[in-house]
Amino acid sequence: MRNVFSFAKGSLVLVGKGSKAYYIWVFSLLALISMGVLAYLYQMRNGLIVTAMRDQVSWGFYISNFTFLVGVAAAAVLLVIPAYVYHWKPIKEIAILGELLAVSAILMCLLFVTADLGRPDRFWHLIPVIGLLNFPQSLLAWDVFVLNLYLTLNLVIASYMLYSLYHKREPKKSFITPLLLFSIPAAISIHTVTAFLYSGMGARIFWNASILAPRFLASAFCSGPAFMILVFLLVRRYTKFQIKDAAIHKIAELIAYAMFINLFLLGAEVFKEFYTASAHLVPMKYLFFGIDGHTALVPWIWTAMLFNLTAFFIFLAPSVRKNHFMLVVGCVLIFIGVYIEKGMGLVIPGFVPDVLHEIYEYKPTGIEVMVSLGIWAAGLFIFTLLLRIAIPILNGDFHIAADGRGSHIGDHLFLVQARAADPEEDAGHGPEASARSDP
Amino acid sequence: MNDGKKRDKKVFQLTRRKALKSLAAGAAVLALPSRDAAASVWDAFFQKHFRRMTRSDLEKVLARLEREYSQEYAQEVKVGVTPPIEGVKYGYGLDLSRCIGCRRCVYGCVEENNQSRDPQIHWIRVVRLKKEKGTDLHYAEHYYNPSQVPEPGHFYMPIQCQQCEKPPCTKVCPVQATWTEKDGIVVVDYNWCIGCRYCMAACPYGARHFNWAKPRIPNDSLNPQTHYLGNRPRPVGVVEKCTYCIQRTRQQPGRYPACLEACPVGARKFGNLLDPESEIRKLIENKRVYILKEELNTQPKFFYFF
Repeated sequence: MRNVFSFAKGSLVLVGKGSKAYYIWVFSLLALISMGVLAYLYQMRNGLIVTAMRDQVSWGFYISNFTFLVGVAAAAVLLVIPAYVYHWKPIKEIAILGELLAVSAILMCLLFVTADLGRPDRFWHLIPVIGLLNFPQSLLAWDVFVLNLYLTLNLVIASYMLYSLYHKREPKKSFITPLLLFSIPAAISIHTVTAFLYSGMGARIFWNASILAPRFLASAFCSGPAFMILVFLLVRRYTKFQIKDAAIHKIAELIAYAMFINLFLLGAEVFKEFYTASAHLVPMKYLFFGIDGHTALVPWIWTAMLFNLTAFFIFLAPSVRKNHFMLVVGCVLIFIGVYIEKGMGLVIPGFVPDVLHEIYEYKPTGIEVMVSLGIWAAGLFIFTLLLRIAIPILNGDFHIAADGRGSHIGDHLFLVQARAADPEEDAGHGPEASARSDP
Repeated sequence: MNDGKKRDKKVFQLTRRKALKSLAAGAAVLALPSRDAAASVWDAFFQKHFRRMTRSDLEKVLARLEREYSQEYAQEVKVGVTPPIEGVKYGYGLDLSRCIGCRRCVYGCVEENNQSRDPQIHWIRVVRLKKEKGTDLHYAEHYYNPSQVPEPGHFYMPIQCQQCEKPPCTKVCPVQATWTEKDGIVVVDYNWCIGCRYCMAACPYGARHFNWAKPRIPNDSLNPQTHYLGNRPRPVGVVEKCTYCIQRTRQQPGRYPACLEACPVGARKFGNLLDPESEIRKLIENKRVYILKEELNTQPKFFYFF
């Protein structure tokens, strides 16, 4: 028990200390969070009328963000599989960062859903036994269940592994392996259930497609890993934590496959709708070309298409994706592209035109944008703090003290002191190390 | 400046003005409410699902609601819980060849069922259709304002909750806040709904409506004869819908729904589907029946005749 206490104390010391850049980052996030909280209080006071949602478009920006982030969370599986099923060492070393990202993303998902509720004070109605969860009838009940399960799994796995490492112990295989293996179907289930939540409704022709769940997974395996690569590049540039090129390049390769499948599935759906040209076409026509002069989503979706296609070609050629400048460009394009496509590009055409074919063009209000920014900031804040504790543990600077009681913090900042030291450290990373572009 | 920009600007201005006010209100929400108010607030917070309440739970809840509504609307408000009548399943009929698109049913419904006047909520939507396009809703006009109805070349289709036998809305509700009663009416427990609006996404008829703001009804316009599952005033942030005027139709002898009474041309019919002698059964047997979006297999208990 005392060990847990000193671990917690050490963690608090860590999150409270950092470079100037760290403080600026953390306090900017806190400022954004406060803005979001204020905007949310305003929404609570006045009702959801302060959003642009109406009966015709009853879900908007919040649920769009939620849908996208479920994908980001699910993508941790792309690290877990090579790491723990194929025991591929370069990724095993960083898989835990993916799990921490999943934790942060799920927390953001839960915040977005809460922000969308008309009666957040009644959240307890969702708790089984005390409340009345409509399980197994409602897909939303399934979503509540799998999201919390996946959150718990990742929290338990990550904290147990980090706590073991902190104690310089090997994690107990009999405990951790089943959990890790279970987290693979759990990751797939969160995004499948979220897709089913949409595709299960006959009333909404845009969503009512069997291909939706595979499309969700394919796009998730692009956006989540793209974000991870960006984080990995930052982490290894600014901290002492080493991440091998091989790991990053493998993830980039997986993104290339996923993006191919994503574009292919999208193409299949676009073909079916446009070639058939039945009344079902209307929402997709609204999305890509607009109908009757209503074109709110058109510039967005074409931006997304352009970004996704460009990124696909960047990731297609190994020589290009191994150039770290191009890699960063590709990851940013994918992240934005999928954010548009799986967010507003998926949710809004489901409602436009509405079931009685009325067209109401939705565009989020300032309040919605502020609340959403606040939630994104909260997620990044949580992720930052988690990394702040995890990275020193992973590179051996934060561990239990020699007396077996207190904690030892080797170096408070864990920053890369001199960039010149890098080439020697890279020497052991195999042939791919030479392709690395940053000095 | 387009509407979206104007709206944004307005919201931002409101934000600046009200930011401090909101902060204060937020603090007030966190602070424990005092004395009488405290009991009421906590009772409301911990109120059980309608179908899980015992008789005595329910009596307390009804007494509390009546007290609150009476105070708010400065008149005596009754909240009933009349149960379904045995052997009755309600069905609705609408004669498309008679409907003239006057929309008196819409406002009759608003008055009877205490819909919010600001922002406006309508449980019935009447669309104007072109004769040569049939009932294809793609050509439906939602906002039309002729000096006289009916207009040549058009017919009108009122759309409201179809009280489906297989309702997609109740299936998706994550907290069972909406369900089908024994008499076939789909109801909502406004004190259990969490406001996720999944049911609105699932309904193929646009029959569910959300209280985006606190509903406003002038005191003198309130209908004080209410039903817990029907026309009692709704709180902000919950979904509401047509209940075939549960507060009228469950009475014995029953009364017709308000929309039927408001219709000047007798286009609306209502009755017990289980009674072979009822008017609705005769109509179904003798007229041509059109089911809205039959391909979705929601099996409405709302029948259009033509």
